[in-house]
Amino acid sequence: MLKVSHLSKSFGGVHAIEDVSFEIPRGGVYAVIGPNGAGKTTLFNLITGLYVPSAGSISLAGEEISGISSNILASRGLSRTFQNLQVCMNLSAVENVMVGAHLNLNSSLLAGMIRAPGLRQSDRACRMKAAELLTFVGCKKFVAADASAMPYGALKRLEIARALAMEPKLLLLDEPAAGLNHTETHEIEELIVRLAKSGITVVLVEHDMRLVMSISERILVLDHGKRLAEGTPDEIRINRDVIAAYLGSEVGET
Amino acid sequence: MSTSGSLPDVLAPRSRAPGLLAVTVVLMVLPVFLPNAFYLDVAIRIAINAVLAITLNLLIGYTGQISLGHAGFVGLGAYGSAILTSRWDIHPGLALVVSAIAAGVLAWVIAGLILRFKGHYLAMATLGLGIIISIVITNETVWTGGPDGMSVGDFVMFGWQPSGERQWYWIFAALLVVTIVLAQNLVDSPAGRALQALHGSEVAARAMGIDTASFKTRVFVLSASYAAIIGSLSAHYLGFITPGIAAFPHSVELVTMVVVGGMASVWGAVFGAVLLSLLPQVLASFEGWETIAFGVILVVTMIFLPRGIVPSLAGLFRRPEG
Ligand SMILES: Nc1ncnc2c1ncn2[C@@H]1O[C@H](COP(=O)(O)OP(=O)(O)OP(=O)(O)O)[C@@H](O)[C@H]1O
Ligand SMILES: [Mg+2]
Repeated sequence: MLKVSHLSKSFGGVHAIEDVSFEIPRGGVYAVIGPNGAGKTTLFNLITGLYVPSAGSISLAGEEISGISSNILASRGLSRTFQNLQVCMNLSAVENVMVGAHLNLNSSLLAGMIRAPGLRQSDRACRMKAAELLTFVGCKKFVAADASAMPYGALKRLEIARALAMEPKLLLLDEPAAGLNHTETHEIEELIVRLAKSGITVVLVEHDMRLVMSISERILVLDHGKRLAEGTPDEIRINRDVIAAYLGSEVGET
Repeated sequence: MSTSGSLPDVLAPRSRAPGLLAVTVVLMVLPVFLPNAFYLDVAIRIAINAVLAITLNLLIGYTGQISLGHAGFVGLGAYGSAILTSRWDIHPGLALVVSAIAAGVLAWVIAGLILRFKGHYLAMATLGLGIIISIVITNETVWTGGPDGMSVGDFVMFGWQPSGERQWYWIFAALLVVTIVLAQNLVDSPAGRALQALHGSEVAARAMGIDTASFKTRVFVLSASYAAIIGSLSAHYLGFITPGIAAFPHSVELVTMVVVGGMASVWGAVFGAVLLSLLPQVLASFEGWETIAFGVILVVTMIFLPRGIVPSLAGLFRRPEG
């Protein structure tokens, strides 16, 4: 599905990603883990076209995509959520999700101003769909809310609903469980499993090791921008380098 | 998943009909209560400012792109129409269209030049552009009559030649209602949500497939052309224009209407226009004080009602959600 070869990105003197290669198979959950500052978010930003790689290549379904801007990549079925929330606080919850369906709607300014024929119906259908997605991610009670009035945990799900409105093939989730309590984390876990089952390839960055180990097919471990290990959860669990990098703490316990 | 049927109540957007009906009724009966041409003229100027404030709000309030040169485009329309009709004898309708297109092309070029940069470059660029336009108008005396201004012929459309405050009142009143409808439609459309999304979070908007540079350009072009059209019509109504129409203080006035009335609110722009257009009339006897009053109102709203008067008050009245 996604193939990354010899990818590097540096900011001035900081090598945020250094010569990283891996391949994400179609379907299932693929996790990217690593200590703080390892380069996980940078990797996401490179894949989604927010950053241009310093070197290396990224290919999606066999086509080179590095350097292509993120709005074009969205039309190729690439969607994501953000570690630091990027919810549009000037819109309602439903409208935020509707933004995710942007590419399926007539977005001409003129058509919008004169409310062109068909626009009313497609917008109405989009609104219904958005409400269903909010319900699907567990935000039913915020369907009519303004985004600015929603609590943190709900906003994290809202971002997932928005990403889903795009009907992505590849979904990148950057720490979806960060800041959530036990129950919420569990719900997110179930949600991710359901997404993967529905045929979406999910790429997951997450610090919660229990979550990562229980739902991922494969795991990539980054450390200081470099690839430390890659493999199935069982392989990663017993990998010496990984255990050393984590000082035997989190990984060892689970 | 079924997507047919009607929307559940919670999802239905708030009805716009009452507001629209109210403003239409007010505009219809207002002339009855306006004793003479002077008051009609005040009403016309309010309508003109309201339309301009609405188009500017699409840019500033909804898209988050600050323009400090909106009056420059108004002036472009006004002088474009004045010059084309008087010097070249071009039909006023055609002159209006040509001026609007010229303003749109200019906006498109400016946007193309600056949108690759981030931050408040649009504010800077439009500030500069507005100043350049008003300097050109002031200095090209042969064409524009310079600081003394120039007279503008009558407008003609479909064989009708509107004349007198009463006829023009209906034109601008209709234009205001139409503009409110168009703006509300836009705000509640995929394009409008894209504009608001890029304001809310540019990276998120891009990740969702929105070509943010293109949308910024298009809304800027739209507001510039719209301003030029209003400029053309105002010029024909006024019959005489001076460079002040394109000058920086006029731009600031329009921005103030948006900020005071309400960012990202169509009604806010209308309210701001009414308030700040009436103010000089009310304070006319205190010569010079109106500028200070403008400043005080701006500062007070920004401190106490940072979202502007209309959105802040609207927020007070609907918060009972659980
Ligand atoms: N835009 C940027 N400019 C400069 N340096 C950056 C930028 N983005 C990331 N970095 C640096 O790159 C390194 C990797 O950061 P990144 O955010 O990718 O880490 P991460 O693995 O996501 O960490 P965390 O778990 O804390 O989210 C850090 O040293 C960071 O300071
Ligand atoms: Mg990160």
